[in-house]
Amino acid sequence: MITVSLTINKKEYTCEIDPQTTLLELLREHLGLTGTKRGCEIGECGACTVIMDGLTVNSCLVPAFQADGSDITTIEGIASNGKLHPVQEAFLEYDAVHCGFCTPGMVLSAVNLLDNNPQPSQEDIRRALAGNLCRCTGYQQIFDAVQAASKKMKSKR
Amino acid sequence: MADKKVIKSRYFFEEDFEEQLAEVPAEKVAAWDKKAKLKIVGKGVDRYDAYDKVSGTARYTFDIQLPHMAYAKTLRCPYAHACIKSIDVSQAEKMPGVLAVLTADNAPKIKWYRGTSYLFDRHLRYAGDEVACVAAKSERIAAQALKKIKVEYEVLPFVADAGKAMQPDAPKLYENGNIAGGKPSVYERGNADEGFNRADVVVEETFDTQVVVHNPTEPHCSVVNWDGDKLTVWDSTQSVFGVRNALADSLDIPANHVRVIKKYMGGGFGSKLAAGKYTIMAALLARTIGRPVKISMDREEMNLAVGNRPDSVQKLKFGAKKDGTLLAMSHYSYGAAGAYPSGAGCSWPLRSIYKCPNVRTEEYTVFINAGPGRPFRAPGHVQGTFALEAMIDTMAEKTGMDPLDFRLKNYSEIDPVSGQPYTTKRLREAYEAGAKAIGWENRNKKPGSDSGVIKRGLGMASQIWWGGGGPPTYANLKMNRDGSVEVLCGTQDIGTGTYTILAQVAAEVLELPMDKVSVILGDTAVTPYAHGSGGSVTAPSTTPAVRHAAELMKEKLIGYAAAQMNLPPERIAYRSGELVDRDNPAQKMSVSALMRKVREQVLVTTGMREANPEGYAVNTFGAQFAEVEVHTDTGKIVVKRIVAAHDIGRTLNRKLLENQFEGGIMQGIGFALMEERVIDRNTGKVLTTNLENYKMTLLPDMPEIEVIIVSDADPLLNNTGVKGIGEPAHIPTAAAIANAVYNATGVRFKSLPLTPDKVLQGLYGGVKQG
Repeated sequence: MITVSLTINKKEYTCEIDPQTTLLELLREHLGLTGTKRGCEIGECGACTVIMDGLTVNSCLVPAFQADGSDITTIEGIASNGKLHPVQEAFLEYDAVHCGFCTPGMVLSAVNLLDNNPQPSQEDIRRALAGNLCRCTGYQQIFDAVQAASKKMKSKR
Repeated sequence: MADKKVIKSRYFFEEDFEEQLAEVPAEKVAAWDKKAKLKIVGKGVDRYDAYDKVSGTARYTFDIQLPHMAYAKTLRCPYAHACIKSIDVSQAEKMPGVLAVLTADNAPKIKWYRGTSYLFDRHLRYAGDEVACVAAKSERIAAQALKKIKVEYEVLPFVADAGKAMQPDAPKLYENGNIAGGKPSVYERGNADEGFNRADVVVEETFDTQVVVHNPTEPHCSVVNWDGDKLTVWDSTQSVFGVRNALADSLDIPANHVRVIKKYMGGGFGSKLAAGKYTIMAALLARTIGRPVKISMDREEMNLAVGNRPDSVQKLKFGAKKDGTLLAMSHYSYGAAGAYPSGAGCSWPLRSIYKCPNVRTEEYTVFINAGPGRPFRAPGHVQGTFALEAMIDTMAEKTGMDPLDFRLKNYSEIDPVSGQPYTTKRLREAYEAGAKAIGWENRNKKPGSDSGVIKRGLGMASQIWWGGGGPPTYANLKMNRDGSVEVLCGTQDIGTGTYTILAQVAAEVLELPMDKVSVILGDTAVTPYAHGSGGSVTAPSTTPAVRHAAELMKEKLIGYAAAQMNLPPERIAYRSGELVDRDNPAQKMSVSALMRKVREQVLVTTGMREANPEGYAVNTFGAQFAEVEVHTDTGKIVVKRIVAAHDIGRTLNRKLLENQFEGGIMQGIGFALMEERVIDRNTGKVLTTNLENYKMTLLPDMPEIEVIIVSDADPLLNNTGVKGIGEPAHIPTAAAIANAVYNATGVRFKSLPLTPDKVLQGLYGGVKQG
């Protein structure tokens, strides 16, 4: 067993884990943060996307010990004080949701994009979300929601 | 309105007509008029469950964690065809953390795959067939234990190609041979040969389509828990009642000892319509070890063992008069069911869209040593429409007609199969609206005439599907003392928006705000029966039942108000959530005031889907138009635009409808251009077991999409006037794209998917030189 300390959604955690544990397993099984989804376990679908030290990662590919000392944001940390993030609000308003399984990963990719690039071009959005597989929607509503969120956040700045 | 009767119901579900006894209202609730001014139904209200999904609080089956829970993993056969000579699990059982191992040696003999096999069979018919299942303290230990199981196999000759499997000397999967049922399924009307003899133009072509895999984002999974002799199962399923019955039958326990729950699920597309072996295996393991068990497929298993769309080879022959009148069509096809029973026929669209007096179809469903097929979003129709619509375009060209004019020339006002009129058919309007939106007049009059390296083209295809639903489907409606309402229905929301549309219907009838209505679906212990969520039947089956329940609730409230106000019920009217004396409108009470008089009671009504109208055919129709660019230097096809014009009855929610259509089109683009399960012909193993090799559509692949609904409502069909949209959205996309590629290049590609190598092969006979 090894000890890992990290910050998740602004809270500090110290966990005793098997060295083989992935960040995804740490979040879901040790901490019960099941909003992060497991779709393929080999970094191909994006359902387990979280933000790690300012970058999106597939949490299924990150050994938990590598996240020691890092700052993680999961879907549970996107809303604040019960108020949805503008990206979440836009997903709701534009119905960028179908079965919802890819949604947490999509939201995190979109939030991370807008954090780093508040006024993305259409191509920027396409590229930022290209690693998140959705099998239900036609991606159009997701794309529209991200664009709308970007506009909304700009007007609030 | 309260009276009911039992009928023999007949409706189309996924692969066949279902016949079932069903209770229906004796008197139908009058359908909402086509022009009815509805306040909530038809509006783009927000998805009922969107908050849960965007916030990450929605709990899917795989998210359920129970105390003391164990995890199960499955050992699968590495050979395409083999027999188990012996299994030694002793090393696995000795591993710390391993709790139980299930194999053919110790598992009960439970029949599977319609009685052709067992849950654990010693005869293994594909690389991926189940050999053993291990329960352990963690999923990782279970996976390691699989490697410690020693199996001695007798490797058998295999066949992984439907054409080869039909040959007399092919390795046999079953004693009776590889052709399901021993013979083809044949349909005939008129005399096709005579029709061809009289035709001025006769064309024969052969088409083929690939095997594709559903690959929903959420893997198939179950969590099972025994409480004494009672079993509770959370399952990612499209049919809670189907899974419950499979569990009760397999475990030989009473149905009322099994409760199956499905709240949220990450897609299914047909692959989750039937109970999976894994659920039964988990239940057996859980009973043995006395702990809850979670079992989930990994992505490799998803691509091997939980269904696929059968491939097809289709030989079509069409004959027409010089003026474009279709005289005869024949269709010969074969397709691979995989190793176990599943349908691979694909001639329904050909039999049923166009007016043609002489038709003959002959379909072979063939067993091969590969994962079993399962219904996949419009079984047979997607493959069949691709070939049919290519042939229709060819016939139009040969008779010198515009492809749309040719279709209109052979337009059928009645169902050519049954001879019955349709409840509604707006295909003509779909052609007109779609052609206008895409700019049909801008297509290349001469296919391939667009100059330049990037060639642009327009194409279209027609769509037919059933999607009318029917009884039995029931819904309960409960009203609580504060006037809030719960809708309970045994259907399941597989992502399509069922929660939302049922809440809309209840809110509409009872004139309540949406937040006063909650919806509980997919729980066999508390929700009344509804069929599996497939075949585009959910909306047309469930919304009328909920409307009926809500209308009955209104009647019930009037009865309660009459007693409270000391008036005869005829005097009371229900208006905007108030019960009003018709003769003295000043005398009234709100629903919540009335409900306070019933105190702790909960008022309950049961609504039913009414009988389908007799003597009518029920179908959905549509036409999709595609604009593509073919990059003649690289062979890449880029879909620029899709216009989807459809007749689907009443629109319940425009926002959800667009989402569903765009998703169907997205999957159609995948089928047309990139998705393909590839089997290694030397080993019979699937090579595309991950999402890097199995290509699916991503955001950058998506075109601009326009969805046009040409129908208002189908009041003859049911009281909400609704037909389904799930399958119609997907059926014609690939065919429209293929026809657009022809229009762009002048080369007819007859094999899907249209990958760059096939495009270059077709254009140049190989890679472009120089």
